[in-house]
Amino acid sequence: MKEPGEYFMEGNIACAEGALRAGCGFYAGYPITPASEVMNHLSKELPKAGGRFVQMEDEIASIASIIGASWTGLKSMTATSGPGFSLMQENMGYAVMTETPCVIVNVQRAGPSTGQATKPGTGDVMQARFGSQGDYEMIALSPNSGQEMFDFTIRAFNLAENYRIPVVLLADAGVGHMREKVKIRDDVNTEERRRPESDEREYFDTDRENLVPPMPDFGDGKELLVTGSTHLGDGTRDTSSFEAQNRLVRRLVSKIEDNREKIEDWEERDVEDADLVVVSYGSMSRPARGAVKKARKNGFDVGFFRPKVMWPSPEKRLREIGESSEVLLAELSLRGYRMEVERAVPSEKLHIYDRLNSLPTIDEIYDRIKKVIE
Amino acid sequence: MPNDVKIDIDRKLCTGCGICIKYCPKDVLDESDDLNQYGNHFPEVVAKDKCIVCRRCELYCPDFAIEVEEK
Amino acid sequence: MIKAKDIKEKYIRRHPSPFCPGCGGGMVLNAMSRAVENSEVSKDDIVAVSGIGCAAWIPSPHWRVDTLHTTHGRAIAYATGVKIGNRDLEVMVVSGDGDCAGIGGNHLLHGARNNIDMNVLMINNGLYAMTGGQVAPTTEHEEKTLTTPYGNPSSSFEAAEVVKAAGAGHVARWTTYHMKDLIKEINKAIDTAGFSFIEVLTQCPTRKGKKEGMNGLEMLEWYKNNTSKEEHSDKIFVGTLSEVDRPELTEQIYRQIDEAGGDLR
Repeated sequence: MKEPGEYFMEGNIACAEGALRAGCGFYAGYPITPASEVMNHLSKELPKAGGRFVQMEDEIASIASIIGASWTGLKSMTATSGPGFSLMQENMGYAVMTETPCVIVNVQRAGPSTGQATKPGTGDVMQARFGSQGDYEMIALSPNSGQEMFDFTIRAFNLAENYRIPVVLLADAGVGHMREKVKIRDDVNTEERRRPESDEREYFDTDRENLVPPMPDFGDGKELLVTGSTHLGDGTRDTSSFEAQNRLVRRLVSKIEDNREKIEDWEERDVEDADLVVVSYGSMSRPARGAVKKARKNGFDVGFFRPKVMWPSPEKRLREIGESSEVLLAELSLRGYRMEVERAVPSEKLHIYDRLNSLPTIDEIYDRIKKVIE
Repeated sequence: MPNDVKIDIDRKLCTGCGICIKYCPKDVLDESDDLNQYGNHFPEVVAKDKCIVCRRCELYCPDFAIEVEEK
Repeated sequence: MIKAKDIKEKYIRRHPSPFCPGCGGGMVLNAMSRAVENSEVSKDDIVAVSGIGCAAWIPSPHWRVDTLHTTHGRAIAYATGVKIGNRDLEVMVVSGDGDCAGIGGNHLLHGARNNIDMNVLMINNGLYAMTGGQVAPTTEHEEKTLTTPYGNPSSSFEAAEVVKAAGAGHVARWTTYHMKDLIKEINKAIDTAGFSFIEVLTQCPTRKGKKEGMNGLEMLEWYKNNTSKEEHSDKIFVGTLSEVDRPELTEQIYRQIDEAGGDLR
């Protein structure tokens, strides 16, 4: 991995360097535009760092093998884009159900379907939260710069380890392929899953306040029962009782819901007393933030809100903002985050600036801001 | 000739598949009159002294329901 | 011979089993346990990975080792992560014919191609039994099943031959009738550092046997009478189909880490 220092670096590479710094011990992936650079870089660097790299036959094999590897005690990751992300949903649900830490990078591209592979889009935001079947909660982060590709990848690993959950890094082709200054540090904080005490026998239930059970490794001699079926605290499959389903699924949801204040994160500027708050995320947030700055310079009371953690949703803060200001959602998608913001902000106060395929200029967004205010 | 063999059939586990009866080389077992929950006959020991403790019944039982004990 | 009582105590949990009367699933569990007992491998180093179906329930939760019960068709992919993650683990995959060669076909091919060190038991009952007995890639042409009421328009393939062609280090076929041979072959698989694939023709009296008018025992007799340890035009060959020496993926990956100078994480 790169020595600490400042680099002019592509976002995807910064993400890979973040994984190396976080202690990633296993990477399995499949090539896909615009994410391949993450894998290409790790194929070379991960073995040098003592980690295991393998290119698998498809995305399903990729997500499956990183889950298997996680149970041998390794921090594991894969990276893909929309089409591969869709393929991974079933097994991401498996990781949620078995409480397996792992990181899934989705460098989103213009969809739907094959779409425009080299063009940015952020249409997968809802899928990151709802893509798999059944009831569950997810964690998803949205970087908007090379630096955040580095920092948020490390955070993703830490959240995965702390909450025993797969964590999605929702990047996009803009952020992934953009080159800018990235500071690589060696004093990064890394976290490890909690392993069981000698007298702890339950690895799939807990009475602890944070709702996260301890996680042993394969080979510890614990005769582990890891299953995607509904199960009891010791992992025994129970595919019929109300008690088992009720206890397990509610805890999986509460595990994130009750800990949301420790997980959620956003950037906000000049939101108090703003007439209009621009809400944006991912690469679109770069010209959006520039437009807000220009608006303020020209005397408009405009604020800026950028979720860094998309899920769990910053809905409470969004609701507060919606109560006191008008909101302009600027996103590189037609449905990416829109319905989530519509939940929080009254419809008469919500304005949409949606755009496909490429980023607008600061002026294009600024002109829209002016129109909304007038 | 009499032997110190005890053949135990756990009726909680036995599904009455009949495999042990057929594969015993010495015809130690046969169908009993008793039916289990599947409507199959439990096996029973009919010729204990013929048992040579080959353990073929144990090898073939899908349910670990039969145990041969030799004193 | 080992006593069933000792095998049960050391290797089996949660009985009675969920399997139907006369099902071969329990016989495979018995064979696996005896093979491990015969081997140098410790129970603590075994990870049994399975997918979805009756066969998947053979190790999970009945086998007292680390078990990983995964999604349909993906056991070999999960197992790849486990083995590469910790090469000291002895990885066993137990998968039905539908799970392994149907939905899991791609992963089966590539596991064999990579010759990755694991032991795959494909429990072949010729159907998707758990869901009622639908047609599978191993079902004979014109056979009537739940979803081929007019006869199977499709044709089957020999999964073992496909795996052999894909490059697996060790390929074999046995049936649940051949318990002693099966145990020996599982031992050979454990001792082989490569992808070992054993097709185990296993009786499903409820979905397959019933429509053919056979119970579990009668199906075992059918296996006895219709298989041969020698090449035979009318009988199914049982025995070792292939043993080849090819690069094994795990070893290659670890060698490269070593050569790259990395301290293993």
